[in-house]
Amino acid sequence: MHELSIAMSIVEMAQEEAERRGVRINAVHLTLGLLSGVVKDALLSSYAIACDGTPLAGSRLLVKEVPVEVFCPACQAPRRITSTQWLCCPECGTPTGEVLHGKEMEVTALEIQP
Amino acid sequence: MNSAPRLLEVRKNILKQNDLIAGALRERFHRDGVFVVSLVSSPGAGKTAFLEKTLTVLRRKHRVAALVGDLATDNDAARLARSQAPVQQITTGTLCHLEAAMVKNALEGWNIGKLDLLFIENVGNLVCPSSYDLGEDLRLVLMSVTEGEDKPLKYPTIFNSADVAVITKMDLATAVEFDETVARASIQAVRPGMQVFTVSSRTGAGMDDLFSFIVHRSAELRTITPA
Repeated sequence: MHELSIAMSIVEMAQEEAERRGVRINAVHLTLGLLSGVVKDALLSSYAIACDGTPLAGSRLLVKEVPVEVFCPACQAPRRITSTQWLCCPECGTPTGEVLHGKEMEVTALEIQP
Repeated sequence: MNSAPRLLEVRKNILKQNDLIAGALRERFHRDGVFVVSLVSSPGAGKTAFLEKTLTVLRRKHRVAALVGDLATDNDAARLARSQAPVQQITTGTLCHLEAAMVKNALEGWNIGKLDLLFIENVGNLVCPSSYDLGEDLRLVLMSVTEGEDKPLKYPTIFNSADVAVITKMDLATAVEFDETVARASIQAVRPGMQVFTVSSRTGAGMDDLFSFIVHRSAELRTITPA
């Protein structure tokens, strides 16, 4: 359960940004890869706790999950896969360890109140 | 006057702080010629026994040391000290993983002179450590024969963050009817092409192959990194 430390990093980062710009933050937009090692639901509940007592209290966390995309060496093309348990091309079945997307953990936007 | 809320685009990696520290550590390790190997596994997979054996053998020819993360006790550090190699404990309290800053802090004021190899034993956990870069060159994920062959399928993320898989406690394989073929297939499913070693820290079986691999990789690093 490291979602709380992740949530605290998000709050810290958003708070810095808010102070720098002199704005209030209503919501934080986040992309989260399915291979990031972070669980969305746990992160959402941790976020509320991490915001408590900070200027971000009451703000929302909007999580956009990013599916896993691998590069298939046989098809020579990026392929989206549905399971993180079988890293192989859904078209031709070739196993591939080349992960293009799915490890993201990034704040993409802040909804601010000037 | 209150203006309408608007969306401000930013692109910030949440673990940027950790990644920056890890990057600086990696640079420093390379400058000092130290090859860093980290170990992750579930609790009880045999990280400490593996490391004790590793330090004992490798210290005959190389300058080795270890940093060991443990939730509350210094039992692991005490066990590892038997190898005679310098060992430093990082007590994480209730934190379930090591972060780059903890490695950095542990190294500060630890005067051990020049090193060839530094091992970092993470907290026993197959989930949380996967997200944190520690500045290591090689991450080993250990799984023991007693844990079940499908462990990788249950924790694909950690296997994806590691470079090499090590199956430990092979001396117990027969007793627990461990199916090595199935275990290897599980590893290849979640991480195609991953290199796998099978070892027994107790008997030493398979350990030499892994040691040669580590030493070889560390030598490779030195030839590509200017001193």
